[in-house]
Amino acid sequence: MIKKFTASACKFTLVVVFALLTFSTNAQSISTEPAAISAGESLFNANCKACHRVHQKLVGPALAGVHDRAPSIDWIKAFVKNSSKVIASGDEYANKLYNEYNKTQMTAFSSFKDEDIMNILAYVKAETDKPATPTPTPGVEPAGGATAATGASLPSEYLNVILIGMIVILILLLVVLGFLVSALKRFLDDKQLSEEDKEVVSSTITVGSITRSSGFIFVVVFLVAGLGFKAVINNLFSIGVQIGYAPKQPIAFSHKIHAGQLEIDCKYCHVGVTKGKSATIPTVNICMNCHNQVKSGATTGEGEIAKIVKAWETKKPIEWIRIHNLPDLAYFNHSQHVSVGGVECQTCHGPIETMDVVRQHSLLTMGWCIDCHRKTDVNSKGNAYYDNLVELHSQSKKTPMKVEDIGGLECSKCHY
Amino acid sequence: MEESKKIYWKGIEQLANHPEFVKHAHNEFAPGPEPEEDPGHSRRDFLKMMGFGMSAVALAACEAPIRKAIPYINKPVDLDPSVPNYYASTYINGGDYASIVVKTREGRPIKIDGNALSSVTQGGTSAQVEASVLSLYDNARLRGPKIGKDKISWEDLDKQVIAKLKSIAAQGGQIRIVSNTIISPSTKAAIEKFKATYPTTQVVQYDQTSAFGIVKANEESFGAAIIPSYDFSKAKVIVGVAADFIGSWVSPIEFTKQYALTREVTETKREMSRHYQFESIMSITGANADYRVQIKPSEEGAVVTQLYNLLAAKAGRPTVTGGVDKPNLGKAAEELWANRGAALVVAGSNDKAIQVIVNAINDILGSYGTTINTALPVNYRQGDDLAMANFVNELEGGKIDVVIFYNCNPVYDHPSGEKIAAALKALALSVATAYKEDETGTLTNYLAPDHHFLEAWNDAEPKPGHYSLGQPAITPIFKSRAAQESFLIWSGETNVDYFEVVKNNWKNWFYTGQTLDFQSFWDKCLYDGVFEKPTTLMATTPTFGGNVSAAASAIASNYKTSQWELVLYESGNIGNGSQANNPLLQELPDPITKATWDHYVTVSPKDASGIDFSESITKYYTITANGKTVKLPLLVQPGQTPGTIGIPVGYGRTKAGKVADNIGENVYPMVTMVNGSLSYNAVDVKFEATTETYQIAQTQTHNTYMGRETVVQETILESFKDKHWEREFQPSVATWMKDDHKAKPDELNMWKGHEYKDHHWAMSIDLNTCTGCAACVVACNVENNVSLVGREEVINRREMHWLRIDRYYSSDAPADDWAGVEVAAENPEVVFQPMLCQHCNNAPCETVCPVAATTHSTEGLNQMTYNRCIGTRYCANNCPYKVRRFNWFKYHDNKQFEVSNPAMNTDLGKMVLNPDVTVRSRGVMEKCSFCVQRIQGGKLNAKREKRKLKDGDVDTACAAACSTGAIVFGDLNNPESRISKLLKIRPQDPKHPYKMDKVADNPRAYRVIEEIGVKPNIWYLTKVRNKDSAKA
Repeated sequence: MIKKFTASACKFTLVVVFALLTFSTNAQSISTEPAAISAGESLFNANCKACHRVHQKLVGPALAGVHDRAPSIDWIKAFVKNSSKVIASGDEYANKLYNEYNKTQMTAFSSFKDEDIMNILAYVKAETDKPATPTPTPGVEPAGGATAATGASLPSEYLNVILIGMIVILILLLVVLGFLVSALKRFLDDKQLSEEDKEVVSSTITVGSITRSSGFIFVVVFLVAGLGFKAVINNLFSIGVQIGYAPKQPIAFSHKIHAGQLEIDCKYCHVGVTKGKSATIPTVNICMNCHNQVKSGATTGEGEIAKIVKAWETKKPIEWIRIHNLPDLAYFNHSQHVSVGGVECQTCHGPIETMDVVRQHSLLTMGWCIDCHRKTDVNSKGNAYYDNLVELHSQSKKTPMKVEDIGGLECSKCHY
Repeated sequence: MEESKKIYWKGIEQLANHPEFVKHAHNEFAPGPEPEEDPGHSRRDFLKMMGFGMSAVALAACEAPIRKAIPYINKPVDLDPSVPNYYASTYINGGDYASIVVKTREGRPIKIDGNALSSVTQGGTSAQVEASVLSLYDNARLRGPKIGKDKISWEDLDKQVIAKLKSIAAQGGQIRIVSNTIISPSTKAAIEKFKATYPTTQVVQYDQTSAFGIVKANEESFGAAIIPSYDFSKAKVIVGVAADFIGSWVSPIEFTKQYALTREVTETKREMSRHYQFESIMSITGANADYRVQIKPSEEGAVVTQLYNLLAAKAGRPTVTGGVDKPNLGKAAEELWANRGAALVVAGSNDKAIQVIVNAINDILGSYGTTINTALPVNYRQGDDLAMANFVNELEGGKIDVVIFYNCNPVYDHPSGEKIAAALKALALSVATAYKEDETGTLTNYLAPDHHFLEAWNDAEPKPGHYSLGQPAITPIFKSRAAQESFLIWSGETNVDYFEVVKNNWKNWFYTGQTLDFQSFWDKCLYDGVFEKPTTLMATTPTFGGNVSAAASAIASNYKTSQWELVLYESGNIGNGSQANNPLLQELPDPITKATWDHYVTVSPKDASGIDFSESITKYYTITANGKTVKLPLLVQPGQTPGTIGIPVGYGRTKAGKVADNIGENVYPMVTMVNGSLSYNAVDVKFEATTETYQIAQTQTHNTYMGRETVVQETILESFKDKHWEREFQPSVATWMKDDHKAKPDELNMWKGHEYKDHHWAMSIDLNTCTGCAACVVACNVENNVSLVGREEVINRREMHWLRIDRYYSSDAPADDWAGVEVAAENPEVVFQPMLCQHCNNAPCETVCPVAATTHSTEGLNQMTYNRCIGTRYCANNCPYKVRRFNWFKYHDNKQFEVSNPAMNTDLGKMVLNPDVTVRSRGVMEKCSFCVQRIQGGKLNAKREKRKLKDGDVDTACAAACSTGAIVFGDLNNPESRISKLLKIRPQDPKHPYKMDKVADNPRAYRVIEEIGVKPNIWYLTKVRNKDSAKA
């Protein structure tokens, strides 16, 4: 009904909806208004997402259809604002939930207003009513590297189609030409020709004569040598390049769960990334900050997390397998790129938040480094260090200052 | 002018113009060194190998080597991998002291710098201090306590030692603690506790190089058995009589700093001290003197007496008998007298009689209260020669039952070492606490190893009111225990934590009267490394009460000259030998002789004139003194007094470790007792040639500079005092424009030139304040993972030092008199010139590299990229400064170099490597990088703090290590930087301030071999000698 309203009438509708809300609190009153849904979405992402998903059971239950499932909208409001009070009141449904989720209490969101909760419900309802699509994993869209990769693969598919098409056309052409030749020959056979011409016309080109011809041999040798050379060069260039290297780690740690679904900030665990050259593998005490409480994983159960606890208790460090290995002769500093350059982790490490097992996403070759230094603008805004350089650059060039322009391709930037 | 015609020759071979030298003079590298490995491989083999190798590599590449990343279990709060931490601490080695800052990476100390907060050492270090970080990772260190040859637990050791001590003490047995000078008050307190428990204990201190004579002389002169504080910075005239105060005498780090202040000249300060040195061997101090006079060792007393008589005559005091006239002695006396109150006379002799006369001279000169402060005695040398002699007698007489050697090694470094060694076997109990099992430790019953000083809590009191805290920079690597803790445990205390002991001591002793709460006070002391009480002690003028005439007659009767006289001295690299097992010091060329890895005996060229010797090939000589005979190769040392032979101590170790063992001979037994204290000179020495030949590994003759004015420029103060003074040598280049047109090299350019928009790194080296001490060389080695190659390779001229100090002697012959160069200067002037990559703006190395492995940066650096280098060595051949070094071998992980280069070949040694600098592999060229890792680090810090780079954010290792501030590094694009101001930098073309061409308006600034137009980024400041005329 509301959908039929024009956009200009939206404000009026909102008033009507709120008016309705104040009178009745049944399921029907949950807004389907886009404004409410988007407000609810941001609230949901900021506050609820650490434990809840719409379609997926996490620390807390999946929220899809909660408005139908729960005793009442008022119950939901009360529970969100202070779950322990509801549980203590002996509420049957609340206690059932509490026991079902290992007696883990939901954080009290006493600062939420009723509208906030209604907006969240609006978002949840909208998500519930959406046709079942694979759970959208947050973070996929903003990952620039991922989109760039798919974008790059498109033309090569077209190229294949074009190539196949051309080959088909060429074969057809060959067949047609063959017919033409035989027709012409038959025509010439009927004519009276001189001996010499006859010889030319009736000369037979056999397979043997072709293979023995010097031109053919040259072409074949040239092709074989060329392709062989190309193969060798390609292989040589791939020595030491371990793109896609994804060894099995001693603990089946999933970035997809931690960085993707739980959206834990990269820097929370990789503390060195803003300070020094190594981003640092998280120390066990950082793991234990959460895994003191969280003892069971969503996909691997208790076995993998128990390994962390064991490492903590026995004081035996975990021997992770290094994936990103630069040669000793190359100096790379994370803090220069992350703190100063403002480069996203995904730019080099790929869509890490979608990886169950981390793999090397980038080439990590010198060409790859140089390429980025050529293309990337220096993150000079608000950094007094670059002031003079930016000014000098703007005097001579109109284009933004690239890393290349301030010596980013020099040997001693990375080799010393 | 005339003084510019001097010839500087790099070594005796050049001076002698030996045919072999001449033949090879133009070659950069050694003549025909042996092919390093199996020469059987031909070019064809190479191609075969290449073919197989390629496929092997392709196959091997299929499987990645698995590398582990192992994080901490629980990360220490302040420790981030890859981020260095700095801790203030204290270097203590016997009586040698320096306040230091230790750089650690991942909990490993990797570099030592001076601590500028200390008013004593003022941020200065020495080669010994810089190198001590490698001694921490010495493979010869004790792994834990031992009983004889067997391991023992600390509990068992304590039980056994305590039981023995108790039973012996109960019977009234005599206990002795023998040590070098103890400058730690907390250590002394711990020993006092031990003495309280075992009252028969006595502490005997001795020093490897004793200063007991000074103590006794001051006791006689002023009634206080002390060594006073000297302040060279206040002296306008300095006279040294065999006192190597820059190299080894009493407190060289402190004195070098003070001395340099008086040697510094600027356009506004055209004044400097005048330094006379009377000495027998060429010491580093003598090499820096304005007037150096040769005397025989037996004449030290007579020279001092003569000086006294000259001054006493002026002051109206009674003169004494004796004395000998020497050139410039009268002149020195005149000037000392004229500069009363700003004069200082020091003597290196350990004879009380000589020191009493020196005190009398300083008393006449009014030095007390100005350049000498008796109210602020120094604690560096507390050794008592008589007490030590008495101890040896008692030990031999069987009167002593227990000896504990606290971090000392008298069996090696005391003249009576052999007697001590023999008597040790009969003792009921002997314990050594040194961190290494040295010559003494191998003979004791128990070894209770102390920590290395970088692992231990400690404190020091170099002077009253000046305290210094020693803070561990690493957890003890082995099962060692603080020796002080051992003393406390043996005296019956339980649960001893020496850290708490030190902290409590500081609370009780120094905290009083502080406004801060104790924890804050303690934290501040820990952070600063030093705590200095506002001194209430004013410099006093004590009344001189010494008996000069008695002293003079003692001198007259004690010293008789003889044909051969011997001087035993501490060399500039090995020192007293306590750190001899440190290859950084073994490979460091001695500042004067430029010898490495070898022990030698020095003689004057005159005495060597009858001896046939060629390039570094020399003969063994036997030297007999004090009943001890040693056999050492001969080294010809210009400037040495004829009839004098010199031998450095510190060699001839037998139980120091693989590095030092069996190099040379131990000459400590040649030290004798004269007039109640140890004398390091000897007369009636037998000196005889043998037929055996030997080659000393010297680094001095492998580069030759012709037309030397362009290399070293110098003047005299008289000329420099003129405001319009200009350097005499200002090269110009003829051009095509007119026949007589000459251009300055700076004005010409074959290339378009670089533009440095961000920074323009450059260095200035003041030849006037550079004393040649070589602390910078060691600092550079440690900072940049420079390989140590060992004796054989040094002989092959393949040493890897990025920074060398060229030491030039002068010749009296004019520059165009080639025959005259062959005549040795009787007493040459010396110049030290640190030489490193000049980072030329038009670098000749860059243009010849076929693979662009050496390129120019946008900040003026000449970059060397090891992974690109294919080892053609074209760059080295094209370098006019010969500062490029080639890796002839793989020096890391190569058993062949395990002894000389433990830092890259043993697991323990590798802990010292700087993780920010690549360890170079075989077949690549390397050279000074201007510490590019420090530049990048400094820039990164500024960028992260979103600010401009400040002057001082970046400093090279050599500049940071330079005690005298001779080396200044900085950004020429920053007009506020120290270097811009010092050199008075302005852009050549004001319209293009960022162009590489900069002009230094400092009149003393010049660039080496300027006329070839390579436009280096290193300026040298002309050496100024405070002489009346250029003639010596």
